[in-house]
Amino acid sequence: MLEIKNLNVHYGVIHALKDVSLTVDKGEIVTLIGANGAGKTTTLRTISGLIKATSGQVILEGKDITNLPAPQRVELGLSQVPEGRRIFPEMTVLENLELGAFLRKDKQGIKKDIEHIYELFPILGDRRKQTAGTLSGGEQQMLAIGRALMSKPRLLLLDEPSMGLAPLLVREIFEIIKNINSEGTTVLLVEQNASMALSIANRAYVLETGSIVITGTGEELMKSDRIQKAYLGG
Amino acid sequence: MDQFMQQMVNGISLGSIYALIALGYTMVYGIIKLINFAHGDVYMIGAYIGFAATTYAQLGFLPALLISMAACAVLGMTIERIAYKPLRGSTRIAVLITAIGVSLFLEYVMMFFVGAEVRSYPVLLSNKVFHLGNVLINTQQIYIVVTAIALMILLQFIVHKTKTGKAMRAVSIDRDAAQLMGIKVDNTISITFAIGSAFAGAAGVLVGIYYNSIDPLMGIMPGLKAFIAAVFGGIGNIPGAMIGGMAIGIMETLVSGYGYSLYRDAVVFAFLILILILKPSGLLGKNIREKV
Ligand SMILES: Nc1ncnc2c1ncn2[C@@H]1O[C@H](COP(=O)(O)OP(=O)(O)OP(=O)(O)O)[C@@H](O)[C@H]1O
Ligand SMILES: [Mg+2]
Repeated sequence: MLEIKNLNVHYGVIHALKDVSLTVDKGEIVTLIGANGAGKTTTLRTISGLIKATSGQVILEGKDITNLPAPQRVELGLSQVPEGRRIFPEMTVLENLELGAFLRKDKQGIKKDIEHIYELFPILGDRRKQTAGTLSGGEQQMLAIGRALMSKPRLLLLDEPSMGLAPLLVREIFEIIKNINSEGTTVLLVEQNASMALSIANRAYVLETGSIVITGTGEELMKSDRIQKAYLGG
Repeated sequence: MDQFMQQMVNGISLGSIYALIALGYTMVYGIIKLINFAHGDVYMIGAYIGFAATTYAQLGFLPALLISMAACAVLGMTIERIAYKPLRGSTRIAVLITAIGVSLFLEYVMMFFVGAEVRSYPVLLSNKVFHLGNVLINTQQIYIVVTAIALMILLQFIVHKTKTGKAMRAVSIDRDAAQLMGIKVDNTISITFAIGSAFAGAAGVLVGIYYNSIDPLMGIMPGLKAFIAAVFGGIGNIPGAMIGGMAIGIMETLVSGYGYSLYRDAVVFAFLILILILKPSGLLGKNIREKV
């Protein structure tokens, strides 16, 4: 589905990603964990095309998209829930969802999918006419996920969906991510909440200061001493 | 009282024109955070295109208006493509200085081609005067206000109901997030320039009809005042620009109407200073949101 080969990204003199390679297979949930500043967001933003890599390749379903602008990547089935939600606060919940479907032309399908998002997140249905900026943090996160789903992505990139949410809500969001995945969307999940992320992931990568240091299945990593110490507080 | 009402009528006509220009400033600012100082000159060129269309091609009001709007839309997109787009990502001051350069360029290129002298518009609209009590309203004023209001309604429709408008709003709120929706930022910026410039072109034609005289430097003062109107309304805010334009127009005619026309411009600029001190974000503007 997605293959990243020897990706290097610089911010001026800062070498943020160093030869990062990873793959996500169709149908998987893959998680990328790591401490603050490790380069997780940078990785996702490079995949979605918001940042240009200095070298390396991003390949989506066999197609080299390294130099494709971000909007065209959405057309190819990539969708990102950005760090910090980045919903459009001055617009209503409904308008946010409609923007998620910006590239689609099937009016009926869009309508149906908006209803589907309201089923997934009933609170969004109740708030449909409200401006998104007035939603609570958790509701905004749901909206960000709902908006990303509106483009009918084949690969969904999520950047710390649990950030700032109460434990109960975190569990709910992860349940929903699992459901989205079982409905056929491949997921690449960036998280700091390592235990939650590893518990739902098929495979995981650990990023430390711009390099992948460990990789394995979710279970393997959960049992690893190094991960226990560094990320699971064990 | 009659005197006051009369000045209000005149002020609303002038204010409609400022509002049309202010909309272009505010839309462009909203989307790329640039004070497009060349905007007043697009308005000037719009006035000349209207002049050419009516004088040489002998077209009527409506065709002249539409031609001027279309030509200015193309001009605005061209300016953006050539002068501003290559500077995307550079410092704001660099783009601002470029805008001033574009402004001077347009003024003096026009001067080279059409000469510095003032030209007068042919009489396009019958200048019938209506009496409402002791207040006089002429047909031109009615045309100006009706045209301006029609265009503003059209703009509201575009911005809120069409896909293009939604893309414009999305890009001006959060450029990266807009890209993640599949919105092409460059195209959206281009369209914003086109619409803003078309409105300036319409304002140019309306002013030509109203004041009946145009010259290559005519864009400077109204440009500045429309900019003040946009700041007053809250730069980046579309209804704010409409209200701001009206307010500045009315303020200016009231000051002149009561015999202080010498201070007309000074009052408007003093007003700008006052806004910047009291409420820098403008009437409807939000305080700048820090991004996380
Ligand atoms: N726009 C930028 N300009 C300069 N440096 C940046 C920029 N964005 C990120 N960095 C740097 O690149 C490194 C990786 O940042 P990144 O945001 O990818 O980390 P992260 O793993 O997502 O961290 P967090 O968990 O805190 O979100 C950091 O050292 C950061 O300071
Ligand atoms: Mg991050």
